[in-house]
Amino acid sequence: MEKFTVHTGRALPLRRSNVDTDQIIPAEYLKRITRHGYEDALFSAWRKNPDFILNDPRYSEVSVLVAGPDFGTGSSREHAVWALQDYGFKVVLSSRFADIFRGNSGKIGFLTAVVAHDVVEQIWDMIEADPSTEITVDLVDRVVRMGDLEAPFEVDDYVRWRLIEGLDDIGITLQSADLIGEFEAKRPSYMPTTA
Amino acid sequence: MGKTLAEKVWDAHVVRSAEGEPDLLFIDLHLIHEVTSPQAFDGLRDAGRRVRRPDLTLATEDHNVPTFDIDKPIADPISRAQVQALRTNAAEFGVSIYSLGDIEQGIVHVVGPQLGLTQPGMTVVCGDSHTSTHGAFGALAFGIGTSEVEHVLATQTLPLKRFKTMAVEVEGDLPEGVTAKDLILAVIAKIGTGGGQGYVLEYRGKAVRALSMEARMTVCNMSIEAGARAGLIAPDDITFDYLKGRDRAPSGADWDTAVAYWRTLVTDADASFDQIVTIDAASLSPFVTWGTNPGQGVPLSSNVPSPSDYADEGDRVAAASALEYMGLVAGTAMKDITVDTVFIGSCTNGRIEDLRAAAEVFQGRTVAAGVTALVVPGSVRVRLEAEAEGLDKIFTASGAEWRNAGCSMCLAMNADKVAPGQRSASTSNRNFEGRQGPGSRTHLVSPQVAAATAVLGHLASPADLPAPAGV
Ligand code: SF4
Repeated sequence: MEKFTVHTGRALPLRRSNVDTDQIIPAEYLKRITRHGYEDALFSAWRKNPDFILNDPRYSEVSVLVAGPDFGTGSSREHAVWALQDYGFKVVLSSRFADIFRGNSGKIGFLTAVVAHDVVEQIWDMIEADPSTEITVDLVDRVVRMGDLEAPFEVDDYVRWRLIEGLDDIGITLQSADLIGEFEAKRPSYMPTTA
Repeated sequence: MGKTLAEKVWDAHVVRSAEGEPDLLFIDLHLIHEVTSPQAFDGLRDAGRRVRRPDLTLATEDHNVPTFDIDKPIADPISRAQVQALRTNAAEFGVSIYSLGDIEQGIVHVVGPQLGLTQPGMTVVCGDSHTSTHGAFGALAFGIGTSEVEHVLATQTLPLKRFKTMAVEVEGDLPEGVTAKDLILAVIAKIGTGGGQGYVLEYRGKAVRALSMEARMTVCNMSIEAGARAGLIAPDDITFDYLKGRDRAPSGADWDTAVAYWRTLVTDADASFDQIVTIDAASLSPFVTWGTNPGQGVPLSSNVPSPSDYADEGDRVAAASALEYMGLVAGTAMKDITVDTVFIGSCTNGRIEDLRAAAEVFQGRTVAAGVTALVVPGSVRVRLEAEAEGLDKIFTASGAEWRNAGCSMCLAMNADKVAPGQRSASTSNRNFEGRQGPGSRTHLVSPQVAAATAVLGHLASPADLPAPAGV
């Protein structure tokens, strides 16, 4: 897993709330069995509309998605995070994320940063005024910076530590393999198995 | 201070805890299916890891299996590849699998309970958000993403931050003709699609206690639609009666030991919830959705709302765009909305009791001209049980199609789709844009409302029907 400390890049103002995972990546793409190559799937239904913001050439090199509240609701599909990542996004800013989407993101090193909604509004306005303005997401200091704006964001401490260290989840858990073994030895024998 | 049910189950599964870190939780049952697992197995292979507990892991094929011609190779090449990958992975890693054609095959959330694998006090996970279904047994059950699937495969544990707890108290009795589906749609409309975020919901109160296991599964199934991680109901005699004698349920002396433990799985009188929501069961009536998220629902007897009905700006915008997508005009009576398709099935309402309820409405009646009605059992066992009771004959006699088990038109990953611009009444759990096929328009309803709607061709409840022929 790649380390994440500070990222600077252009941003996409997605003025929509309740962006559910069916919109981020429609179910038809879930049939794939590969782990990469989902960039074409991102918002694919919306992208069919030429006026959709992602089709605007001024936003062709974005890496920070700035969205309305309740981003990532709906189905637990992790493909939603893969599609954002494969497209080139490094972070999503929103005032509220769906839990599962947030959990999925943290585990694979994709940052979901919670900022106040008025900050989202300010960033939207700034990007729309000049789409080439860069935004910096500083995970070390937990702030976003854009022009004169500097605003804090929330991120889970543990997720932050792991992102900064670039640590793999399973490896961390396997350090506790003995404890898992002890727990297993104490489980009641009447509990069901699938064998 | 006492503990809530969710806290008891959580605490009984902590393998490791440390200040400022998530708890490492042991997972008793890991269900997998073809959609969210291939990349997890890929990850294991990449890292040279094995499945730690194949004996606590179970695979079933459900999301994109066809519901007809199941003896032929799957026509869609991508679906075929996904199902094939699951079979190959299960064989390579020693995981039990119920494949298409197996008597135990079906929707993962129907299969676990009917085998008796889902038991009170367990932790159950699956790479599917409707894993909350299993909470009906007093299990802590929740959906996980593919990287978590990989984590559980490799370690049989998950690092998790504690959930907050919310009591959903449903006092009083449900009126005649009001189902578990109506109850949960009303709960979601009240809490909102984000209102349950970070919480595990515990459904309580007289109306919940009175529900059958199948109805409790319908309620817990849709917890995720209120944004919650999980939903659960304390186990009681109804739970134990359901489990007793099932294939994987404990037996003999083990049964008594288990039940003695299960009886302790209730929220203590002096426990406190982080939040409490109260619903008066007597105030409920058949409930249907009009919009594009499960929180956008109203009583069937009312009208399509107007964006101006909402105080919140975000809700207004969402309502306006939902109306546009759904092709609806504010103020229209819900019962005047005509449908093209009716889908009865899914992990919400694809169990035997649901099919019985639908069959009772179809009996002696016919599906309206121009309406396609699809009845898809949640599992092969449900299908066989329905056929033994003659329900299939009732469905086909009324003009509905009787299919094989799977998720089917709940998410339209197989050939069962609602055509673009067409409208469906569906017993599933999601009415998102395009959920039942590109451009599809979905109204979420109970099995009874679905069947009555199929007969009349517009949204309706059984109470709206004339008496059936020959009665
Ligand atoms: S029936 Fe629908 S909601 Fe349930 S598991 Fe299948 S796709 Fe998911």
